[in-house]
Amino acid sequence: MLELSPDFFAFAYLVATILFIYGLKGLSSPKTALKGNWSAMLGMALAVGVTLANPEVKTFTWIFAGLGAGAVVGVVLALKISMTSMPQLVAALHSFVGLSAVLVAAGTFLAHREAGLLDTVAMIELGVGSAIGAITFTGSLVAFGKLQEILKSNPLVFNGQHLLNLVLGFFMVGFCVRFTVTGDPFSFLGMTVIAMALGFLLVLPIGGADMPVVVSMLNSYSGWAASATGFILGNQLLITTGALVGSSGAILSYIMCKAMNRSIVSVIFGGMGSADSAAVSAGAAAATKGVKSASVEDVGFMLENARKVIIVPGYGMAVAQAQHAVKELVDTLLEKEVEVKFAIHPVAGRMPGHMNVLLAESDIPYDCVFEMEEVNGDFSSADVCLVIGANDVVNPAAKSDKASPLYGMPILDAYKAKQIFVSKRSMKAGYAGVDNALFYYPNCSLVFGDAKSTCESLVAAIKGA
Amino acid sequence: MSPTMIAIYVFVLSCFVGYHVVWGVTPALHTPLMAVTNAISAIVVVGAILVAGAGVQTDASGFSWIHAIGFLAVFLASINIFGGFVVTNRMLAMFKKKK
Repeated sequence: MLELSPDFFAFAYLVATILFIYGLKGLSSPKTALKGNWSAMLGMALAVGVTLANPEVKTFTWIFAGLGAGAVVGVVLALKISMTSMPQLVAALHSFVGLSAVLVAAGTFLAHREAGLLDTVAMIELGVGSAIGAITFTGSLVAFGKLQEILKSNPLVFNGQHLLNLVLGFFMVGFCVRFTVTGDPFSFLGMTVIAMALGFLLVLPIGGADMPVVVSMLNSYSGWAASATGFILGNQLLITTGALVGSSGAILSYIMCKAMNRSIVSVIFGGMGSADSAAVSAGAAAATKGVKSASVEDVGFMLENARKVIIVPGYGMAVAQAQHAVKELVDTLLEKEVEVKFAIHPVAGRMPGHMNVLLAESDIPYDCVFEMEEVNGDFSSADVCLVIGANDVVNPAAKSDKASPLYGMPILDAYKAKQIFVSKRSMKAGYAGVDNALFYYPNCSLVFGDAKSTCESLVAAIKGA
Repeated sequence: MSPTMIAIYVFVLSCFVGYHVVWGVTPALHTPLMAVTNAISAIVVVGAILVAGAGVQTDASGFSWIHAIGFLAVFLASINIFGGFVVTNRMLAMFKKKK
């Protein structure tokens, strides 16, 4: 058989890397994104195909069994998952990459030990690779559990937590060093188990509100895990691809932190996301005095006679399954020649860009959907701003009230619109447990009721008029 | 330069490439970005294949624990590859312009 040189493999892997980079580049616009995805798929197919031709591969039974079974599970998952559950799917997939990296490290260790190929550098790489994979694995499992509401989403904080993590961290490093020196498989196992425990403990204290950051962070970890595996195998393709994914996740974490005005350190050490009961009851008490409420007919009349309407959707809209009703409302308004724009805050969903996908799913064209920076200047010229299922992201206290926990967080300037309507189920405070100053503005009225039925009755009111 | 040092070079430079490419991604597509990076981080499948197909000693029936570990790794990575790319495709196909 034809003997393929190592350079052949290296070259093919380089092509695969370039295809991956093109894949990510395609995402710079919805127009080129699908093509980009195909380019990335081609890169993956090339990488897998070339690896199968590697002379080190002696038997194919296990490989094809794994690829085939994974393909079936993966495709079924991807086709069945609802768009609201996307964060869960992503978290679950991160955990698979993490565990896979651990298994690759373990398997490579055993195979290389048998062949007598281990040296100190290889052992360090194996240790680090397995540890990062293990933390990604269990951390993502906890994130999945919280998003799926199997685990409580409020932060779990106990005394001595940081000390415990620190001690575990020391033991992990200790086992890793021992493994490097002695090559003892039990040290490898001990280190990996401790890393898994750390992954659990690191994500457990992080609250529901911070989930977008956690999911992004684990995205980053899964990339670093792939890079570390690349170091183990001396494979440049894994190193480059892992670095691309790692930096992508890191950038997303940064964007999310900035959008919530949280430092990455405070997210990691946890504690936010638990609604402060005192704040809620204070809000409820205040609600009885200063808040105006509007009927669906009033809102419908205002909307229909407006020139320009901005809709601010939040995760509450998705929870109420109101996207399609919102779409119908938009169509009705467009028929009346009202200009409609959507304003999306970076943390509007439960993961970066989540709201855009939810709107796209209900056939709302992406050129009516605008990011915070693009649309904030528009509010002052808007006749009506309709807030559906969003709360903290339109709270003007974030700009003016230094005492507010939200102070400093960038917000959508909904308060600048001539008239604001907020569709709300009750006077409950938002994720951050903070009362919303917007509700007391003279130009703001609340529309109480389920978001979906409110939108449906709005459509009926406008069409009937 | 040792192979490890070369690997470190490659790693650091790739981080810079990643940094610049990812800042160019439109925020509207951050969820698909995460799904597709998920799929491509399953590139660990390359390592998994090398483990699952390694020429190691097997017992009389042809079984080796190393292969079994490799199988599981290939399986998990494969879920990611197919799941990640298919779900990204599904999402991207939803993004439409105004008619």
